[in-house]
Amino acid sequence: MKKAPALRSYTLFYLLFLYGPIILLPIFAFNDSRVVAFPLQGFTTSWFSEMVADANLRIAAKNSLIIALSVATLSTVLGIFAARASVRYRFPGKAPLMGLIMLPLVLPEMIVAMALLVVLLSIGIPLSLFTVIIGQVLICTPFAVAILTSAFQSLDKSLEEAALDLGETPWSTFRLIILPLVMPGIMASFLICFTISFDEFIISNFLGSGQPILSVYIFGQFRFPAKVPSMLALGTVLVCFSIILLGFAEYMRRRGIAKAGGKDSGGFL
Amino acid sequence: MAQTPGSEARTGLKLISPTAIYVILLLAVPLATVLIYSVLTGGRGNVSLPVTFENYSELWSKSVYGYIMFKSLMVALVVTAITVLLAYPVAYFVSFHVKPERKSLWLFLITIPFWTSYIIRVSLWFVILGYGGVLDSTLMSLGIMDTQLNVASYSILSIIIVLAHAYAPFAVLPIFVSLEKVDRSLLEAGQDLGESRWVTFLRVTLPLSMPGVIAAALIVFIPTVGDYVTPELVGDGKEPMIANLIETQLLKLQNFPQGSAFAVVSMLMVGIVSVAFVLWNRRFIGGAK
Repeated sequence: MKKAPALRSYTLFYLLFLYGPIILLPIFAFNDSRVVAFPLQGFTTSWFSEMVADANLRIAAKNSLIIALSVATLSTVLGIFAARASVRYRFPGKAPLMGLIMLPLVLPEMIVAMALLVVLLSIGIPLSLFTVIIGQVLICTPFAVAILTSAFQSLDKSLEEAALDLGETPWSTFRLIILPLVMPGIMASFLICFTISFDEFIISNFLGSGQPILSVYIFGQFRFPAKVPSMLALGTVLVCFSIILLGFAEYMRRRGIAKAGGKDSGGFL
Repeated sequence: MAQTPGSEARTGLKLISPTAIYVILLLAVPLATVLIYSVLTGGRGNVSLPVTFENYSELWSKSVYGYIMFKSLMVALVVTAITVLLAYPVAYFVSFHVKPERKSLWLFLITIPFWTSYIIRVSLWFVILGYGGVLDSTLMSLGIMDTQLNVASYSILSIIIVLAHAYAPFAVLPIFVSLEKVDRSLLEAGQDLGESRWVTFLRVTLPLSMPGVIAAALIVFIPTVGDYVTPELVGDGKEPMIANLIETQLLKLQNFPQGSAFAVVSMLMVGIVSVAFVLWNRRFIGGAK
């Protein structure tokens, strides 16, 4: 490798820019002052206790968990159907159907949310956590399809044919051979969809009828300076949480590639 | 396996049908509804005939709307340009100067901030740039400034900073992927034939990595042009962008046709810019054969 000191220091500086705001999270979450400013005032964990004592926050967190678990499950199941069909079979209308499924990746989220909202309001369906789930599944499914497509692509077709030749039914082949081999992909898809849903704001805000949902709650609280420190404490917890989840998703993805005998070719997506 | 094309098509269609039905009902139908609503007459909370193009002509006749559309487009383009320019050297460094076994780790480090709560990241900038915030208090305690800069009050500037930060990791990945595909022997050939490093970069590496650059630009442009949170929070709501405009029309004024027309126009904007990028991309793919 050639040495490139200028490029290397630029990249480190860039990482610092990326991480800058996130580094501030734990610093001020433990800072003993309601005012978020330097110089630091001393160490405290009172913002964390304030966060734990916040009853509304608990409801919001519970709602977010319900939504994220449902969305991750639904998107991954829908993703399995679409990815399997597109990798394994040729059928009429495949390109437009796959295009429609992946469309939310190239549409501003606001458009997806507003289009759905207009229809829901017009036919008089009341907004609830359920409508949030419906909307977020649209956003998450393309990610699930992308991850699962690469999982299905790395499958060796002859394994499946061997199982069928040896007398397994298509369903038992899927359950006994294919499913275990793509399991790491399914786990990765579930974790990524969970993270996206947990973090999602626009659909939660507009399709949620003002129900407390974590991202919406955080957005509202940042407007009150007195609430900011406990939100920073919450942010610290969430960042740790998502780094653990992502580390796990990345580990699953790599294990999946190793299992299928492929070569690692970069990060997510 | 003995499968006729007909049975393969049937199995495939059956397999994709749950997902397909879901997106047709919940994505295609709503988008079509917006399209239809945009040419209807609207009152408070209802839509009716006759068919009219007034919702669209309203866009040209009221200069506020035109200004917001133009501003959204400009902010998104500036953010895209900044993000891609800042990301390119990083992608280049990881692709050309990092040992292959360490590349995944670097990419992981670059992507982590993107996966941490978007709302918290954007809100943090509010805390950093705002009045009495981290930036001002730091500058003042170091004696560099003696008055508040209050960058957050320069709405458009702070919107650009925050968006460029929020979507930065997005840009690195596609550029990295295209740089990885550049055949290293071409670079050696260029240098063996007497080109300088810089000229080799300009004439070989850069053109070959253009598809990645354009993909990165698209990935950044699409969400930024439709961003709702940043103008709402950082710009103090004083500098609405197109998403905020759609919200005002649809939800606050309950004018479904007008809001739909804005939504359609913003989709067109995204569509036109995307097609332009893709056509531009085609030039480079053609050249790379």
